[in-house]
Amino acid sequence: MDFQLDEDIQFLKNNIRNFVENEVEKVAMQIEKEDKIPERTIEMAKEMGLFGLSIPEEYGGLGIGMVGKCALYEELGKTHNGFTTLIGAHTGIGTVGIVELGNEEQKQKYLPDMASGKKIGAFALTEPEAGSNAANLKTTAVKKGDKYILNGTKHYITNATEADVFTVMAVTDSSKGAKGITSFIVEKDFPGFQVGAIEEKMGLKGSHSAELILEECEVPEENVLGEVGKGYVNALKILTNGRAGLAARNLGSCQKLLDMSLEYAQERKQFGVPIIEHQAVAHMIAEIGVETEALRSFTYRVAWMVDQGEKLIKEAAMLKLYGSEVYNRVADKALQIHGGVGYISDYPIERYFRDARITRIYEGTSEIQKNIIAGQLRKEYS
Amino acid sequence: MNIYVILKRTFDTEEKIAIQNGKISDDGAEFIINPYDEFAVEEAILLRDKHGGEVTVVSVGDEDNEKELRTALAMGADNAILINTEEVEEKDQHTTASILAAFFEDKAYDLILGGNVSNDNSTGQVGPRLAEQLNIPCVTTITDIEIEGDTVTVERDAEGDTEILKTSIPLLATAQQGLNEPRYPSLPGIMKAKRKPLEEIDYDELDIDEDDIESLTETVTVFLPPEKQAGKILQGETADQVKELVTYLHKETKIL
Repeated sequence: MDFQLDEDIQFLKNNIRNFVENEVEKVAMQIEKEDKIPERTIEMAKEMGLFGLSIPEEYGGLGIGMVGKCALYEELGKTHNGFTTLIGAHTGIGTVGIVELGNEEQKQKYLPDMASGKKIGAFALTEPEAGSNAANLKTTAVKKGDKYILNGTKHYITNATEADVFTVMAVTDSSKGAKGITSFIVEKDFPGFQVGAIEEKMGLKGSHSAELILEECEVPEENVLGEVGKGYVNALKILTNGRAGLAARNLGSCQKLLDMSLEYAQERKQFGVPIIEHQAVAHMIAEIGVETEALRSFTYRVAWMVDQGEKLIKEAAMLKLYGSEVYNRVADKALQIHGGVGYISDYPIERYFRDARITRIYEGTSEIQKNIIAGQLRKEYS
Repeated sequence: MNIYVILKRTFDTEEKIAIQNGKISDDGAEFIINPYDEFAVEEAILLRDKHGGEVTVVSVGDEDNEKELRTALAMGADNAILINTEEVEEKDQHTTASILAAFFEDKAYDLILGGNVSNDNSTGQVGPRLAEQLNIPCVTTITDIEIEGDTVTVERDAEGDTEILKTSIPLLATAQQGLNEPRYPSLPGIMKAKRKPLEEIDYDELDIDEDDIESLTETVTVFLPPEKQAGKILQGETADQVKELVTYLHKETKIL
């Protein structure tokens, strides 16, 4: 068993750390106030190749495994989560579908531009009637000649306003339930495709979610992603593999909160001593440290399983659940340690606290993860 | 165009300096490409992209320098050479410049770029010493460089003023802040850098006499600046405070 990262990955990680510390952190407050990531920051991220994290080298990406990706996501998690989400949604659910399920033509057509960041990716599953009950889709796709005609509405679609290429799930055969769903690659310029209003959110400023309206939207037959009728399985596969990446981003945020809490607790004095001398504060720091470290071990173990090609439905769900819950507990404790300063918007703690909250909801709620875990455990013991 | 960059591995600008046994300790310290040398690497890449040719980065030091050389390769340099001087005990700027001069003896170079100073010793000597030994023109603290044929137009920072000089290649120039904004190595660039050549040569493989590289400098003592003392607050009547202040400035600080 080897817990050491490859030298190359360590090198990549150090470079992302420098970029995050020098370029993203300095605009974090600006992103929060303006709900917009500065163009220059996005351009620099593209020049660095951050948009090609999940894409194989032959299509212009980085061609690294999940352990490597998680090491990089961990660094990205240490800054504004809106920025992290723009990159994370693109490199995760936004591109992984085409990487894993696309045929050679589709890969050639889309991946090089997605690796350079010229084209941004998004994933469109959720609908007003289909959240946790993901199979309850109402968007339809009817074959007409060599095209599919899509009709329906998607909502809460991360990167919707920035994206050029969407992985869209739609019902091709309503009599078959989950087995009647198909995935499509939909470009924003296809006729009948429209992005609706941006949804105002509690956090993740700078990352935008919006509605997609598909009205007689024409999608060429060659843009079916994977097999017809396998859309639901595809969606679960894309989400499952993305879970280690999401946990790694949460891990980075936990580490950042630990660092900030440690620094503050050693500087801030009350009753004549730094507050870390007070056992109640010291214990909170210890708890943050333990949970962060446990999340780190779990994240890299699941990432390693992905790289080995192991079946990991249960572990991925456990990690999604644990990573999100730990991030929320850590953010809560970090805010408590910072006291009043933690609640003030001039400091980043309350931002992490708000941004953490969505992780228990998106990409499968904590409750859905528990259902998956319990279901898998029951299977193992029956 | 054949461009060489001479590059030094230095302490990260944010490292705290500690002294152990009369020497600066590098225990657990982070190292980087000397920031002024980073400007030189960036400029070399820009010039190569404009005029064609190759960029070769050269560093004098030990195996640890490979990390900084790899970073330069990841930024876009084509080749890297490490001249290992681990065996040389006493080294100074004369040592480094003489070793580099021996290295460059049989090389075809149009331009040698380096940093104006290093952020550790800040002597700014290696560049000019090397140019002197190679008998080529040298311009320090450059903030702009334009090359047309053999003619080079250089802007240099002359203690706040700008001097514009015309010179010719081969040339050695050292970079000042403001020359450019160094790029972050791209992630695919880092992966590609693994496959780029990094050659290591031992200094004694060069045509060099041990006596010619002997350090000309003797370090007598190394010390940290004194720690800042707490301020002194004067009290009482204003007139008395003024008197006390004058006495203090005169007798204790000897400022007056």
